[in-house]
Amino acid sequence: MSSSRTPVIVGIGLSDGPVAPHLDAVQHHVVAMRRALDDSGVRKADIDGYCCAGASKSSSDPDDLAPMAEYLGIDHRWLDGTMVGGSSFEFFAQHAAGAIRDGLCDTVLMTYGSDLLSRQGRTLGSKGHFGGSARVPGPAQYEAPYGNVLIGAYAMAAQRHIHEYGTTHEQLAEVAVGVREHAALNPGALYRDPITVDDVVSSRMIADPLHKLDCCVISDGGGAVVMTTAERARDLRQPPVYVLGTGGAQTHWQISEMPDFTTTAAVPAAAAAFRQAGVTPSDIDTVQLYDSFTITVLMLLEDLGFCPKGEGGRFVESGALRLGGTLPLNTDGGGLSCTHPGMRGIFLLVEAVRQLRGQAGAAQVPDAALALACGSGGWLSCIGTTILGRDGP
Amino acid sequence: MSTADDIAASVGQRPLPLPDNVSAPYWEAAARGEVLYQECPACGQRQFYPRALCTACAAEPQWRTASGRGTVHTFTVVRQNWAEPFRELAPYVVAIVELEEGPRMMSNVTGCAPEAVHIGMPVEAYTIAVDGLGVPFWRPADTG
Repeated sequence: MSSSRTPVIVGIGLSDGPVAPHLDAVQHHVVAMRRALDDSGVRKADIDGYCCAGASKSSSDPDDLAPMAEYLGIDHRWLDGTMVGGSSFEFFAQHAAGAIRDGLCDTVLMTYGSDLLSRQGRTLGSKGHFGGSARVPGPAQYEAPYGNVLIGAYAMAAQRHIHEYGTTHEQLAEVAVGVREHAALNPGALYRDPITVDDVVSSRMIADPLHKLDCCVISDGGGAVVMTTAERARDLRQPPVYVLGTGGAQTHWQISEMPDFTTTAAVPAAAAAFRQAGVTPSDIDTVQLYDSFTITVLMLLEDLGFCPKGEGGRFVESGALRLGGTLPLNTDGGGLSCTHPGMRGIFLLVEAVRQLRGQAGAAQVPDAALALACGSGGWLSCIGTTILGRDGP
Repeated sequence: MSTADDIAASVGQRPLPLPDNVSAPYWEAAARGEVLYQECPACGQRQFYPRALCTACAAEPQWRTASGRGTVHTFTVVRQNWAEPFRELAPYVVAIVELEEGPRMMSNVTGCAPEAVHIGMPVEAYTIAVDGLGVPFWRPADTG
């Protein structure tokens, strides 16, 4: 039921990217925040809630919650630093929407910034969790001796999906090909030249069965989102985008603890979000899914209920995910071709809002009224789902 | 291809565990050639990795010695790892091995070409001792 305290997103901003050597991580937060404030018309002094998560430890350090709040000068009465990897921002959306509804705060700022590419290069996926001969404490000690890499974790899920459901390399590749088509429409995307299924499956194998072009890019970048009440949104610059439903869940953290390698916590996270929003998967006009790897998208599509478990391969081959299809995916070019500075969750929210405002330019989904953003954090571990609407509940 | 000998030679250069109150018996047992997992005396749940509680009922779990037989639940062939000493070992197999007793653990499958590894493959454990602890590895089961 709509009320004056219904949470709405009123501001979005992206910092410079995908290659921005002139900015460090903190500056990405700053630039994105400034642009989101300009976009919304919210005054900085009106922000009374703040959440952020930092992916990369940069040269300038306050890339953590309290130091960032201090640096930005946020006088908050509500704060959230949930850190579950790249989906932290979908968890923030859940928490912020609840806080606004409950009156714990009125206007929440969410920021992210990372200089991953310019400061660390393209090493995130293949540097091993623990290089050298360090002694590794905690649960990670049971994985550390074996030389797994980040890409290898997703590869093991893909291998199992292929085994159980007959999913093919070509079907996985189809995800990357479609998202690249959307990147071609975005001047801010890192890679824009068309690719074919054959390009993907003949690109270098990194961790079987994932090829280089099954993997997301590494970039710089930052984003910011401003959420407030429907009542306050009346005086602001942009049409409000309603936070209709949210859900977050976890199956494991380390990949070796994944209980079912072909099913993610998107199942309960989506159930909660759809129930709260009062809509079903067939009502959704566009999806912004965490495409760290092609397999991530395939499994999320199944677990979110857009197709039955095991049918993800056939679903992506149907063309539904292209512009003009029934469920255009990652209309900004996604992590696979546009931007991935280590954590991608905030970009999913930003692009969903652009679509629902009708501001997505050449990648606009006609008459988009409902968008779903779904982030995956860790190693397919923590899944956050956000359903946004052009119209109020 | 990484042979078992390559693996053995590289263990000392790998990131090794920092044993703690809970994990020390696991690594000490591996130094003796055994692979341990946990079983809950209250509810019977078996689990890995070892913890101070049963994740099902919160009781204190007990150690059990695994048979050392298992199957490959899933795996990948890591072909690119910039970290030493793995850079020189690639390509090598990182697998999730399901113990005959049920729990799963990450390890390497060695002693065969990476291309020979497949889901469902029977494997057997062996351990390599280094600095007073042991690291479990797996190789194709001797079916002869």
